[in-house]
Amino acid sequence: MAQIKNRLTPFFENITFDREDNELILNFGPQHPSAHGQLRLMLHLQQEMITKAHPDIGYLHRGMEKMAENMIYNEFMPTTDRMDYIASSSNNYGFALTVEKLIGLEVPRRAKVIRMMLLEINRLMSHIFWLATTALDIGAMTVFLYSFREREYLMDIIEGYCGARLTHAAIRIGGVPLDIQDSFISQLKAFLDKLPENIKTYEDLLDTNRIWLMRMEEVGTISTEMALSWGCTGPMLRASGVAWDIRKEEPYELYDEVEFNVPYSDKGDNFARYRIFMEEMRESAKILYQTIDMYEKCVKDGQTELMAHAPKYVSASKLDIMTQNYSLMQHFVLVTQGMRPPVGEVYVATESPKGELGFFINSQGGPYPYRLKVRAPSFWHAGILTDLLPGHYIPDVVSIIGTTNIVFGEVDR
Amino acid sequence: MRAYKPKDDVQKKPYYTDRFYKSPQVPKSSPESDELFSADLDAIKERFEVLDAYIQVGQLVVYINPQDNFKVLEMLKNERAYSQLSEMSAIDWIADRGGFEVFYQMLSMAKRRRIRIKIFIKKGQAVNSVEKLFRSADWSEREMFDMFGIEANGHPFMKRILMPYDWQGHPLLKTYPLQGDEFAAWYEVDKIFGKEARDIIGPEIRDTARVDRYDSERFSLLGHEVPKGTKITGDEPKVQESYQEEGGVFLIKKFDRKSSVVIDDPQR
Repeated sequence: MAQIKNRLTPFFENITFDREDNELILNFGPQHPSAHGQLRLMLHLQQEMITKAHPDIGYLHRGMEKMAENMIYNEFMPTTDRMDYIASSSNNYGFALTVEKLIGLEVPRRAKVIRMMLLEINRLMSHIFWLATTALDIGAMTVFLYSFREREYLMDIIEGYCGARLTHAAIRIGGVPLDIQDSFISQLKAFLDKLPENIKTYEDLLDTNRIWLMRMEEVGTISTEMALSWGCTGPMLRASGVAWDIRKEEPYELYDEVEFNVPYSDKGDNFARYRIFMEEMRESAKILYQTIDMYEKCVKDGQTELMAHAPKYVSASKLDIMTQNYSLMQHFVLVTQGMRPPVGEVYVATESPKGELGFFINSQGGPYPYRLKVRAPSFWHAGILTDLLPGHYIPDVVSIIGTTNIVFGEVDR
Repeated sequence: MRAYKPKDDVQKKPYYTDRFYKSPQVPKSSPESDELFSADLDAIKERFEVLDAYIQVGQLVVYINPQDNFKVLEMLKNERAYSQLSEMSAIDWIADRGGFEVFYQMLSMAKRRRIRIKIFIKKGQAVNSVEKLFRSADWSEREMFDMFGIEANGHPFMKRILMPYDWQGHPLLKTYPLQGDEFAAWYEVDKIFGKEARDIIGPEIRDTARVDRYDSERFSLLGHEVPKGTKITGDEPKVQESYQEEGGVFLIKKFDRKSSVVIDDPQR
């Protein structure tokens, strides 16, 4: 294409323009390494202080909701991986649970336990990744290297389970496709036994670190009213003084059977969010220990079912498909035409590592959802930057974006 | 005669539906079955007209008149402890009813209840912005405008949010094809190179699964590869392919088809 002259006017990114009223306009992103993806921020500056911030998103917009309207329900499952790609099983789960609520499906207990294990492993992966990238943004490279090592162990466990490291697609509508592999529990236990020590290492590096404290304390303070008004959920909301965790308040799966605490803080600043992430890792480990016991009890009780029995919506087991004529026919129909959930509407919220991940589905009885809306927590966590950044200084932008924990696959969808 | 394809809904349709198939319904229950919900509903009914109300999958759904949306949400926020607007968007019903259904998904943390307020608006009609009540509606309403073209009156910055500002068309309308319309196919070519370059570059191929069987530059018959740009006739000779450096690599024995044994029987 070299011979065709292009019409793009020269555009000097990240060069400040001096205005008459002494206001600078700084273009932060969309290719900024600290923007955690494709975030463009237009910052109005007085000296180094931000007076107005205008986040611009949409650089990763793929039209997930449009795609969902043109796909059968099971086809959409791997697509959900691409939203919050740091913890993709939590997206799979949110979607699967919504469809299950729509058709009124009860998942076998063993599948529930495996799902909970996957969800909590994903939460740990996401939080460790958050710690690594945020610490790197602020300049703590050691923490980055240590925590990526830990994340690698978790990714290996997940890889052993479903074959993928990042985009898992490990959950199906109606259950899980596979039982966990033999080495799963021993690997997980080895990781969990080491985890408190690892978290302590991170905390030793950061908690009393002067630079870390200066960048974190009293920076990016979100009041409770602001967090509620902006639709903040998850660690963002809990750091602002509302102890709201959907796992606790509206329990799904077996979260009402496990014991865990909901850490929250009333400070609302970056440091509070950092502390919440660290405490949540400990709580996740606690839940994982309990799910291991639950799984072993399932094995002892001889509960082997992994997928719900609902021939209208869920394919039979592979064994049945290969041996039973009717199961094969049913499977063929479900794969080629897709399941047809009842006519109705449902909104289901789950607690993803980022916050409240909700799916809204309007079904008109066809194999394609009539309307599917994804309520991605990061969307509003990116929006709050409009009100949060003014009054802060340029270096604070990086640490604030870091602690909001936004993922652009989810913001733009 | 060509099969009739409706233009007002170009989404994918099931290729087969049983003639006698009747869709089941997600069960609805009366709002009186839940104490907290019925109290909320009574409070709305006192001041506003409620068109329909029921509980579906544990959440109260209330249909109200479109002009009441701000006041109802204000009342729910200030008097009924619905502190968060989790989500709002629209559903395109233009083909069936000539308008949109806008829904507001509210959450009360004190009561652990979720309520969905729904309004129906005609095509081209605007809604009242609720941005003054919930800042989260700032971006939601912009997204709704971007995706459906529904404007919110009183919104401080009613611009597109996900699509480029100069985009034409609203992607989530049922009339908008999945692979984009003609504007989408030429958007980048026109913008970067100008309209006169259209013939040279061609439209953007937005169907990622498209394979041109005569494309000899990127796709060829395995084992019968031809140089780039060659016209394919179909009787290309078999090529003896080798993927290793001609000169060989230090310490590595060259794998050569001629000097190696091919085992046909995997069991040996």
